[in-house]
Amino acid sequence: MIGRLVEGTPRRGLVLLAVLLMAFLAAPLVANDYMLTVLILILYFSYTGQAWNIMMGFAGQLSLGHALYVGLGGYAAAALYFHFGIGPWLSLPLAVAVAAAAGAILGFLAFRFGVAGVYFAILTIAFAEFARVGFDHFTWVGGSAGLFLPVANYTRNDLWTLRGNPTMFYYVILAMTVAAFVLCHLLLRSRAGYCWQAIREDEEAARALGINTFRYKMYAVVLSAGMTAFAGVFFAFYYNNLFPEQVFSISRSIELILGPIIGGVGTLVGPIIGAFLITGLAESLREVMHALGVDVPGLKQVFYGLCLLAVVMFLPDGIWPPLSRALGLDRDSSRGQGT
Amino acid sequence: MPALLEVEGLSKNFSGLRAVQDVSFAVPAGAIVALIGPNGAGKTTCFNMIAGVYRPDAGAVRLNGERIDGRRADQICRAGVGRTFQLVKPFAGLSVLDNVIVGALNASRTMAEARTQAEAMLDLLGLAPKRALPAASLTLAERKRLEVARALATRPRMLLLDEVMAGLRPTEIDQMVKLLRDLNSARGLTILLIEHVMRAVMALSLRVIVMHHGQVIAAGTPDEIARDPAVLECYLGEEAL
Amino acid sequence: MPAEIYLNVAVSGLLTGLVYGLMALGLSVIFGVVRVVNFAHGEMMTIAMYIAVTLFAALKLDPLVMMVPIAAVLFALGYAMQAGLINPFITRPEHSQFMLLIAVAIILVNGLLIIFGPDARSVQTSYSFDSFLIGPLIVDATKAYAGAAAIAVAIALFAFFRFNRIGKAIRACADNYMGALVVGLDVKRLYALTFGIGAACVGAAGAMLSLVIDVTPAIGPAYTLLAFVIVITGGLGSMPGALLGGVLIGLTEALAGLFFTPSAKTMFAFGILVLVLLFRPQGILGRRQA
Repeated sequence: MIGRLVEGTPRRGLVLLAVLLMAFLAAPLVANDYMLTVLILILYFSYTGQAWNIMMGFAGQLSLGHALYVGLGGYAAAALYFHFGIGPWLSLPLAVAVAAAAGAILGFLAFRFGVAGVYFAILTIAFAEFARVGFDHFTWVGGSAGLFLPVANYTRNDLWTLRGNPTMFYYVILAMTVAAFVLCHLLLRSRAGYCWQAIREDEEAARALGINTFRYKMYAVVLSAGMTAFAGVFFAFYYNNLFPEQVFSISRSIELILGPIIGGVGTLVGPIIGAFLITGLAESLREVMHALGVDVPGLKQVFYGLCLLAVVMFLPDGIWPPLSRALGLDRDSSRGQGT
Repeated sequence: MPALLEVEGLSKNFSGLRAVQDVSFAVPAGAIVALIGPNGAGKTTCFNMIAGVYRPDAGAVRLNGERIDGRRADQICRAGVGRTFQLVKPFAGLSVLDNVIVGALNASRTMAEARTQAEAMLDLLGLAPKRALPAASLTLAERKRLEVARALATRPRMLLLDEVMAGLRPTEIDQMVKLLRDLNSARGLTILLIEHVMRAVMALSLRVIVMHHGQVIAAGTPDEIARDPAVLECYLGEEAL
Repeated sequence: MPAEIYLNVAVSGLLTGLVYGLMALGLSVIFGVVRVVNFAHGEMMTIAMYIAVTLFAALKLDPLVMMVPIAAVLFALGYAMQAGLINPFITRPEHSQFMLLIAVAIILVNGLLIIFGPDARSVQTSYSFDSFLIGPLIVDATKAYAGAAAIAVAIALFAFFRFNRIGKAIRACADNYMGALVVGLDVKRLYALTFGIGAACVGAAGAMLSLVIDVTPAIGPAYTLLAFVIVITGGLGSMPGALLGGVLIGLTEALAGLFFTPSAKTMFAFGILVLVLLFRPQGILGRRQA
């Protein structure tokens, strides 16, 4: 198993990964609560970025509506906890299933009816918007007034119901991120990974080589949606509140894809580096503004916009591909060079 | 010899334009057959109907006696028909080896098996030294060979080659001719090729089928075709006679 | 409910729909020629609305009168965007164009938020509460003026593309990019002009809409989406289709607001979008691509 995992990765890359993992594991020993919340945010975006990347980076299907799956997962788990006291781990399969089903419906309609390119991207937005308006009127889960979970109890960590302090949430999201990284790494080298990349590069050629492109695109959407729903469950229990206007909004979908785009679409490390840069820089900006005593709502988003603009203009492949070449790690990358 | 591929009464219209009209021919198992004709004769449209890109308006395609028309392209590949594209379609962002692995997955149960198969194809096509390079960095001649390697990696019984010689230098054409002949004799691979390079057609084919304006106007051995007045007419134009 | 109510609501939806149609026309013109999907469309309209609101608040200038100068400002913005930012992206993959425009949209929305704050602003003209009585119909004067202005702008645009030399050159670019290059048209300049014209449409529509709805920075993305819905419904790249789609969506929203609840109206617009995408992906008046 370990052999398969590390196969083909340069030693330098492995050492770097190990050091990084150790640093992450040890972080709560030195970090204060504020730093921990920033790290949680970074890991959260690494995880969701990784999940989105399966669809766009691997299979070439641009989703601009991934907030849909975060919201569905979050609402499913939160509603079950709120109404019936069912814990997040028990409701997780249902949350994942709901989001995966939504992804399957979207994918089925789009791929069966040949909705591609711009139209596909807009269809994903439409689905998310549909859910946003729908949940606004879905009173069982609070409607537009929102759904609130009993606030976390800081004195005791209860992993089973995900009630506890930031350190516990930190380790949960760290485990999720590591698992997503390993899963994506294995996927890229699997049959599905090769089929996805072939579809991304040239769908007609992929079909001519015997790949059932409809089926593999469905796999990508369903898997990506399901994984994203897990992040939604985490989100619901970490923030303890859900508002349709916020969770399903298009700006959430955009926020979620900034990391992988800035880091490098289709790479394994890109979503993580991107999440680090964008969240780290945004938080530093906030600190600076705080220190200067200025409070300008919107400044952080303008900064996001400028980062995105700079990356798409000057680094069209994202930061990781050129960076990995500079570090001599490029064989470890992920653009499918299985050698 | 029994026919491996049989095409019967195949027709296709594109918004009123009759691209292919009532085309019938057969490719015997183990043979190399060439499909020739001027540009716009409907050759590639025929290929696309055999390979499942287009659904024929009328007619039937049989592989080993079994109807395959109307199936999807991936199903037809799995049934044993490999193809190349006239305008090559490499997976530009993937390495040369990975390109061929994608093809090899068609007939492999495991990734390891696909990799071995792909490596063998790269050796066969002389692409092994380029295996780690991105496909986008290949020259046109190399891309054509990659296209063939990828199609062969699917382990077809029947290979459809769409102008794999076009744009190659004479020495490269000779290499490709030799390779196809070896594949045909050593592995019994049946080949249907669209080709404009007459030297290759004459050297390779058992039979030649000539298309013009969407119809078959002649069929026979290369020698017969070379002497057929109808063929000369369509290639040289009526005024030349 | 008496039948007049339905009729009144339908007319009001139709008039608003004309303004929507003008906004979507801008998107359609840009896509039809430049082949770039303007993800910052609603945000550009929001800019126009803020200009209208600010001019009205400061100088009491009527947005309908200011429609032309506002359209001119947006034309300049659109021209600059295409010439400076988008032209280098023409040959890049689709998703990278999207990302560029999404970045622009994010910057515009939040730039407006920084400048104007999150509060809603509106325009109250002297005729805000006037209405015309036409038989049993009560037609809101503001919407009637706006709808008439939208039709006037649309006619001017049709005439421009039909009879003007530059308009014809732009159409040539849209039909055949390589051909336009070969005959020596300055394609990049024509693209910038086209983007400018599209932006001017949305500028004029923004000026009109400032009379009808309150403006906040956050409405930008919603109107970008609305423009997409309209344009896809009518047929991406078809100019009459954009107007027809606008009217259709305006009507649907108005009637959905009447029969159900106003806050659910966008669901119906999206429902139409999904149906069109699935069953007539080229749009009602669009041409099927080969």
